[in-house]
Amino acid sequence: MWRTGRWSDEHVELFIGNLLRWGVIVAAFVTAAGGILFLSLHGGSIADYRVFRGQPDSLKSVTGVAQSAFRRNPEALIQFGILLLIATPIARVALSLLAFLKQHDHVYVVVTAIVLGVLLYSLIGV
Amino acid sequence: MSGLVAIGSFAAGMLGALTGLGGGMIIVPMLTLAFGVDIRYAIGASLVSVIATSSGAAAAYVREGYTNIRIGMFLEVATTVGAVGGAFIAGLISTSAIAVIFSLVLAYSAFRSLRPRAEHSIDGPPDKWATRLRMDGTYPTAAGKQPYTVHNVPTGFSLMFAAGILSGLLGIGSGAVKVLAMDQAMRLPFKVSTTTSNFMIGVTAAASAGVYLHRGYIDPVIAFPVMLGVLAGALTGARVLAGAKVPALRAVFTAVIVFLAIEMAYKGLRGGI
Repeated sequence: MWRTGRWSDEHVELFIGNLLRWGVIVAAFVTAAGGILFLSLHGGSIADYRVFRGQPDSLKSVTGVAQSAFRRNPEALIQFGILLLIATPIARVALSLLAFLKQHDHVYVVVTAIVLGVLLYSLIGV
Repeated sequence: MSGLVAIGSFAAGMLGALTGLGGGMIIVPMLTLAFGVDIRYAIGASLVSVIATSSGAAAAYVREGYTNIRIGMFLEVATTVGAVGGAFIAGLISTSAIAVIFSLVLAYSAFRSLRPRAEHSIDGPPDKWATRLRMDGTYPTAAGKQPYTVHNVPTGFSLMFAAGILSGLLGIGSGAVKVLAMDQAMRLPFKVSTTTSNFMIGVTAAASAGVYLHRGYIDPVIAFPVMLGVLAGALTGARVLAGAKVPALRAVFTAVIVFLAIEMAYKGLRGGI
């Protein structure tokens, strides 16, 4: 039955709760580390954010951010933390998809796959 | 500047958590009006903080058993598609137009927060969509698990699409529109609609955050004090919630929102944003 066992609604919800909590904690920790590093390097300088310039390419894509983050670039490290944060609800939807698959709940497999598709399209595909 | 932004974001996050109205609505006006940040950077930073508070709070709500994941997931089809659309619209229209739309949403939210939410009767025949999609559920009360039925699914779905567009366009959680859809149209019990809506806000914001990231609208130096400030403020707000004078705080929050709405409209119309 779909309401019992390891993939029951209650079990999945509990797991999702923990996933969300740890996702936020790890993302906040990485972002804070990047922020402290940034302030220690650029403490006094104030950039002008009245003018919109956009971000360099290395901070605009998933692979670009991940690559620069490991070169001790503080901005990229912050951006990596933000990416982890964006990934947290996406991981939650992916987990729900898995749960609906295990429960053979075909309607919700389709519903959840659409949501996951939109999220991945936005993050990777545009 | 990072320090001041963090302090302002902390206050916004705390007020948002205490009043249940969300801090996102203050972040964008604060950054644009007080710090002179371009509204596109402000919206990018606000979206990030919305994901953080929603995911943080949802972790606690999910355990209590009020959240209806099926309703949330079904409505997320509407909110995520709307959010991606809203993020694209944000790149097409002028920043002044965004500011004016923002002020209208602020004014509407202030109007809604002044009117008490009325609990609806939860009986009556359910919607045929709700039955087909197995949305009806139970929620914990003092007297044990209470069943509820779901109504007007197509209306709720359409309203959620609008909420998604606003979220992607303005970088807010659109809590006021989500509550309208779930309380008024679908007639869910309060606790269920509040927690399910909060649960959806993070997923909705993540859908537009991707587009903002690719556009270069998420600036790490602005986003980090906002994200950490709002998160710390929201956590503090949730802790002190028990002893807080919520009606007085709501009045203060509403007054702040009305002031920000006027200021955003004025500057937007004069082309100052």
